[in-house]
This record gives sequence, structure tokens and C-alpha cells, in this order.
Amino acid sequence: MLQNIPIQRKLMTVNLLTSGAVLLLTCLAFFGYEVLTFRQATVQRLSTLGKIISANSTAALAFDDSDVANEILAALKAEPRIVAAGLYGTTGKLFAQYPVNSPASTFPSAPEQDGYHFERGHLAGFQPVMQSGRRLGTLYMEYDMGAMYEQLWRRGEIAALVMGVSLLTAYLLSRTLQKQISMPILALAETAHAVSKQRDFSVRAVKFGEDELGLLTDAFNQMLAEIQKLNATLEERVRERTGQLEIANKELEAFSYSVSHDLRAPLRHVDGFVDLLRKQSAEKLDDRGRRYLDIIAASARQMGTLIDDLLVFSRMSRGDLRRSKVASESLVHEVRDALQGEARGRVVWKIDSLPQVEADAAMLRQVWANLIGNAMKYSRTRDPAKIEIGCDTVNDEFVFFVRDNGVGFDMQYVDKLFGVFQRLHRADEFEGTGIGLANVRRIVSRHGGRTWAESKVDGGATFFFSLPKTPAETKG
Amino acid sequence: MAPLKRILLAEDNERDLELTMAALEENNLANEVVVARDGAEALDYLYNRGKFAGHANGFPVVVLLDLKMPKIDGLEVLKTMRSDSYLRHIPVVMITSSREEQDLIRSYELGVNAYVVKPVDFQKFVESVKQVGFFWAIVNEPPPGTMKRSG
Repeated sequence: MLQNIPIQRKLMTVNLLTSGAVLLLTCLAFFGYEVLTFRQATVQRLSTLGKIISANSTAALAFDDSDVANEILAALKAEPRIVAAGLYGTTGKLFAQYPVNSPASTFPSAPEQDGYHFERGHLAGFQPVMQSGRRLGTLYMEYDMGAMYEQLWRRGEIAALVMGVSLLTAYLLSRTLQKQISMPILALAETAHAVSKQRDFSVRAVKFGEDELGLLTDAFNQMLAEIQKLNATLEERVRERTGQLEIANKELEAFSYSVSHDLRAPLRHVDGFVDLLRKQSAEKLDDRGRRYLDIIAASARQMGTLIDDLLVFSRMSRGDLRRSKVASESLVHEVRDALQGEARGRVVWKIDSLPQVEADAAMLRQVWANLIGNAMKYSRTRDPAKIEIGCDTVNDEFVFFVRDNGVGFDMQYVDKLFGVFQRLHRADEFEGTGIGLANVRRIVSRHGGRTWAESKVDGGATFFFSLPKTPAETKG
Repeated sequence: MAPLKRILLAEDNERDLELTMAALEENNLANEVVVARDGAEALDYLYNRGKFAGHANGFPVVVLLDLKMPKIDGLEVLKTMRSDSYLRHIPVVMITSSREEQDLIRSYELGVNAYVVKPVDFQKFVESVKQVGFFWAIVNEPPPGTMKRSG
């Protein structure tokens, strides 16, 4: 029940409850003892008084003189709390009484067993009147305890007052003293809060003493220092690494720039001069020579295509992602229409409705162009070729797929599929540079997605790629 | 008086030059071309100085610039031309191997009139040169102060 209240109040509550309980128990014990001893003392006093009265009244009893007996009993006036007294003879008849004029009903009709007992605020009882071992009669006395109880009550009030004052003192003391414990804890809690809220590891908790809490504060501060140090070195390392990456990126840019510019020039020359040679000296060459020239030119052009594809790949890897909302469905239709060309009518298309995604439109177009282009290429031996494009929603991702009924591939080589310059078909079967799927994978992974494929030889292929529904922070 | 040359071609690479000239020849434009072998020479021609001093008057209808040249590259030539009140109106066409975005952006920022990427395929290159030459030397009306067509 104390779990959720603040530590200051918790400490005070514990203190007050403890001291309150101790005080209450002490008072109760003390009071109970008082009542007990007080009763015992009263009984003692009454029976002593009774013995004196008995001793004095033996003669009156012996001579059956009730007037003297009444007089002796009248001496009890000196003790105002004795409300009634009576002497019974051996016959058990009331012989004398005090006060003399009180009605007979005040007294028991006959003596009962010896001894005193408490009833209704009164102490009453009988005791024998003896002389030399012979019982002459019985003395009855009734004592009013009211006044005594009043006195006890007053003591109780004083005890309650003392208890109240004690509790107040305890409250004031604990209010001051609990700070010794709560302050360092509160300071620790405040520091922890500041750290977790502002991520500022430079703050330190204030230390109040050399006790366990001081130890705790020291340990806490030490941990903060450690975290701060780790953070700093981490940031430094990140900065360092970023710098290295930037340099590497710059180098790569310079590299691809020179690839773009310088590597293509000689190819252009090969092709150009082959062409000039063909024009000038074709008639001097035989068929074989002309075929060689064709091969030289074709090779140069193929190299040119490879370089171009490689440049696209490197551009896709380097350039910034420019995210915007892209309507996948219209993009797919656009790409399909652009690629269709001569294949119009040969392919049976089934394009499901596709969601809008947040992506770099140009890059995503490249992905679709590669996947749809592949599907068309590898299904061109089919009649009819069937290409299905769709999307499933799996958890937080859109999973797009392009399915064809083409020649497929052996799943054994699925790992090679997305590698740069990796091909599963000879160039004379299906043309291509082997860079398209590498591009797809690179682009999709830059968007936080994955790429995979399923196929069977001669059983068509399905290419999947996923995109997160809500794009993560751009990776660069 | 030397024949009027209406096209200025800046090209440093000998083989590229030969191929470009062959392409121009196929399109009967070779006679209209004066060649500068780097950016500095191109500027010399435009300013009538150095080896072109007192050579000709009037501006070419178009300047074909290679991007990457020794001494002064194509972009610098373009920049100089665009900041010169006499040369700023002359049409400039980049003819280059590079299709790098940064080169494209830079060229257009500096005010290039056209940007042609040299394809590996020579026949396509011939076609490109033909179109560029045809458009700038024949179809396009050059700014005032440009040399009139000879003959």
C-alpha cells in the first residue's frame, strides 16, 4: 500500500506508524497495570478497614448490642467512598447498618460467601467477624469506585495528551531527519530523470555523505562518466568512419567519372575506325576479314554497354534517394508499355492493383524496368507468355512480385542471381550484361527492402522485392 | 583571305578529332570547321589572338566543345564565353563522353545550348554530328554579328 507514494512520505509514514504503535502499546500496558494495582490496593484497604471494624464490633455482637454496633459502623463516615456497611449475626440477620437510616433493601438479605468482588462500579463483599477462633457474625461493606475511576480516567487523558505531544515531536523530528535519507535518493532520481529525458550524460548527482547512499551516488556518477566517455569515443569513431567513407565515396566517384569518360574513348575509336576501315577497304577484304571487322565492332559496342550498365549501377549506389509518393500501379503500366514494343500481343498480362509507396521514383522505375524486362526476355520462347504482377502486404512491408512462365532457373544458383555481372544464361541464349538484378537489389536495399526469387528450370520464375510501408530514415 | 570557318571544334584527342572530322565530312560540313586542340586555343580563336591573330572576323555559328581538355577544359571555355559580353550569345554545344549528372548540371548552369553524349557506336555518332551540324549551321538563325554563310 506504500509502494506508490513518494519516498519522503513513505519514510514519515513508517516513522510515525512505528513510534505511534510503540507509544500506544506502552500507554496501554502502563494503564492496564495501574488499573490492576489500583483495584488490588482498594481491596486490600477495604479488607483492612473491615478487620478493624470487625475487631471493634466483636463485643457489640457478643452482647447483642445493636446500638453500639451502629455507632461503630458510623465511624466509617471518615471514608466517604464507603456507601454502605452492615453487620450480620450468626443467624444471618442484619444486626447493624451504616448509614443507619438507609432502607433495608440496600443490603443483601443474608450474608453470602466471604470475599470481595467488583460489580457496576462498586466493590462489595463480606468478611467474617471472629473472636478467638469463633465466628460471631459477618461484616458487609460496599465501596464506590466511581471517584477512583474518575481519577484513572484523568490519568488516561494525561497519557493521551503525552502521546499526542510525543507523536507531534516524532512527526517534526522525522520530517527533519528523513531528509538525510530522502534528499540523496531524490537527487539521484532527479539526475537519472534528467539523463534519460535529455540524453545529457554530462550531469552528475550531488553527493550528501559517505554512507551507502553516498556510495550509490558515486557508482551512479561513475557510470555516467563511463557512458559519456563511450559516447564521445563512439561519436568520434563515427565521425572518423564517416570521413573515411566520404573519402572512399569521392574516390569512387572520381573512378566512375574516369570510367565514364576515359574508358569509353578507346572503344569509340575502335568502333569508329572499324567503320572507316570498312568503308574504305571493304572490297579489299574477303568475307572472313569482314566478319572479323563485325566482331571487333560488336565487341567494342558490348564493352560500351557493359560500361554504361556499370555506371548506372554505381549511380544507383551513390546518388541521394529522392523520396516521393509513387503510384506503383501507373508506374508499372508505364514501364510495361515502354518495354512492350515488338512484344505487343505476345504476352498475356495480369497486373493486380498496386499500392502507393514512398520511394525514389527514378530508381523504382529502374527496378520495375529490370524485373519486367527480365520476365519478358525469359518468357519470349513461350506462347502465350504469361506475366503476372502483384503485391501482398506482409506485416509492415509491401511485397511486390513479378511472375513469368518463362525458362526459369535452377534454384541451386539463386545466390548468384543478384550479383554484379552474374549470369545464369549464355549470351547467345539470352542477351544481357548481368547487372540488372544487381541494380534491383541495390536499389531495393537502399529503400530498406529485400529481394529474392523462386523458380524451377522450365517452370517460370517469380521475383519478389519488399518495401517498408513507412520508410525508415534515409540511409544516404 | 582564308575561307570562312563557321564551326569551331575544340577537341584534344587526335583519334576523336579524326572520327569527328570523318563524321562531319560525311555530312559535308568539314570545310566549315576550324579546329582548336584545347580550350586555350579555342579562346585564342574567339579572341583573334595567339596563332589565330588577325585570322578572321565574325563569330562562328556554333562552338563544339569537348568537356575534358588539357590546359583549359570545356566548362572553363564555356564559362569565359558566357561572362564575355561579345561572346555570350554564341551557341555552344558540348560533345563529350560523359553523361555524368554533375557535368550535365554544370554545363546547363553555365548556359550550354546543347549537350551531346558521344556514343560508342560510330554510326550513331555520325548521325548525332549530322543532326547537330544541320541544326546549328543551317536551321538555326545565329545571333547578329555572326559570319554569314560562304557561297
